Amino acid sequence: MKPLLSVRDLRVWLDTARGPLSIVDGVSFDISAGQVFGLAGESGSGKTITALALLGLLPAGARCGGSAILDERDLLTMPTAQRRRTRGREVAMVFQDPVSSLHPMLTIERQLTEHLRYQLGMSHKEADERAIQLLTEVRIPNPKAALRGYPHQFSGGMRQRIQIAIGLACEPRLLIADEPTTALDVTVQAGILRLLHRLCEEKDLAVMLITHDLGVLSALADTVTVMYAGRVVESGPTAQVMGRSRHPYTRALIDSLPHPEASYGALVPIAGDPAGPESRPSGCAFHPRCRYVEPSCVAAVPPLVRVDDGREMACPVDPLVASRAR
Amino acid sequence: MSLLELRDIEVVYQRSDGTPVPAVVGASLDVDAGEIVGLVGETGCGKSSLARAAVGLVATTGGSVTFEGQQVHVLGRRARPARERRLQLVFQNPYESINPRRMVGAQVADALAIGRTEPRSNFRARVEQLLQRVGLPASMARRFPHQLSGGQRQRIAIARALAADPAMIVLDEPLSALDASVQAQVANLLVALARDLHVGMLLISHDLAIVRHVAHRTAVMYLGVIVETAPTAELWKAPMHPYTQALIDSIPHADGAGHLPVALPGEIPDPAMPPPGCRFHPRCRHVMDRCRSEVPQLVAKDGGREVACWLHEEPLVSQQSADVPRMSR
Repeated sequence: MKPLLSVRDLRVWLDTARGPLSIVDGVSFDISAGQVFGLAGESGSGKTITALALLGLLPAGARCGGSAILDERDLLTMPTAQRRRTRGREVAMVFQDPVSSLHPMLTIERQLTEHLRYQLGMSHKEADERAIQLLTEVRIPNPKAALRGYPHQFSGGMRQRIQIAIGLACEPRLLIADEPTTALDVTVQAGILRLLHRLCEEKDLAVMLITHDLGVLSALADTVTVMYAGRVVESGPTAQVMGRSRHPYTRALIDSLPHPEASYGALVPIAGDPAGPESRPSGCAFHPRCRYVEPSCVAAVPPLVRVDDGREMACPVDPLVASRAR
Repeated sequence: MSLLELRDIEVVYQRSDGTPVPAVVGASLDVDAGEIVGLVGETGCGKSSLARAAVGLVATTGGSVTFEGQQVHVLGRRARPARERRLQLVFQNPYESINPRRMVGAQVADALAIGRTEPRSNFRARVEQLLQRVGLPASMARRFPHQLSGGQRQRIAIARALAADPAMIVLDEPLSALDASVQAQVANLLVALARDLHVGMLLISHDLAIVRHVAHRTAVMYLGVIVETAPTAELWKAPMHPYTQALIDSIPHADGAGHLPVALPGEIPDPAMPPPGCRFHPRCRHVMDRCRSEVPQLVAKDGGREVACWLHEEPLVSQQSADVPRMSR
């Protein structure tokens, strides 16, 4: 099946006085309709910047290269006017913090119908009807009254549902959700995950789920890509990458997590701190924290190699990768 | 007698229109020396209010807090009594709890200066010792907070608390602002400190999964009341309160199996207008008639457990027959 969005060799860098500072370095992935694509990594790994690059929302000074093809059009090079039409109608985004991403002084109606009126040219009445329909879809109780409400009158979980409704307003084909449940309690998070899952199935929506929470990815994603310091270290079907992870970073991240099935006793932390863009180690960026480090890891950036069980990984030490290279 | 004893604590805030908002409604909790007690619950359940009441940062409207057998005073304009310095608090966000414009070593030394337990000439050595105790190199003392990562900053905050030679540390969400891989480092540090220094800890967290790895005992709080306390392993193996069960079921598993977590229906109610009877009854799967009108009390059970739920009404099993079956789920 042809993917909805094909990202190839995406690079994002900042031009500084000391030359370009690489933020995202050669990231490639595909997203298919009706599927959840998970992008995992710690803060500073470049996962949010990847999403912002796709939407043309990079901060001033950041530049990007590579390609991101949605229906034979490149999201990265498209003219501004076309990009404006694409945002919201084709690709929509839900941000992490529902407290700061909704305008506190505008009613839900105003924020929810803005897209509908601007992008689809709906009348007031049509837009209101559609808004009620959207709020019903994301299970907001009493949607008519909710339209007249302000963000502060809703709980965190409800605000996140409203944000998802805003994202869905123009029936996009791809919804990018950046840490959509990180600010929420686990009990509320479970509800949002179920909502995203249902939308994916019912509307054939593609979801790009960005999170550092591997539990959330395991629950929802069909395919997972794990990033470290701006590069992909492992990617493939969720059952493979999460259930039988091979890359030392993915493994270490899973071992350091306090997930329910782990045994009691001390957690196994990853030594050291995540590498920021200005202090990125040579070769495999994970090598200073890796238990299996070899001289080849320090010398050159390991390429992403497709191995037999359908995953891709960048680790020269792994026997599956080593056998391929020979 | 426990090191820290919270008895029937009540904390009531006031909205601007004068409506009283009871955040904590009669919560009791004990923490012993060298013991880590986890306090978990959703946002708005009153766990931070209870933590602040425990160190005297908010005024209680009822109940008592005793530390080392003596009443803890609410912090006012006067300096705290010297013995209460051995009761310390670590805040959630290490980006905000540390002064960005001073070297971190000086900030740890402040705590030594206030304690006046040793001469100034010893400060330098003592600060280096404290930094090493929390797993940082001694050279870190001359760094500024912006040169440190989140995990290192939280270690500084912990070192500062340790400078007062505490018997008891209350930690309010100390791990939630940290990166996934760094959380485990700090979690293990807390376990080591409690063990090696015999410090008691009250660990507030919304993350039941991390508390499981750290705490000896866990208390679950819902809308101002403690609904269940138990040794952590027991709580996970066989949660007694339906709310505890719901919390555990809603944690996603990182096993790649693709199981969606179970959602708890409804929202946490407004603490100003709590539901009658059991406060959890509108969201409970096992709700019975009496839950809607009668308030269940926290009752002691076998194995050092306590639960407030009408499903577990029978008194201590061991006093009657050892074979009375426990409510299974």
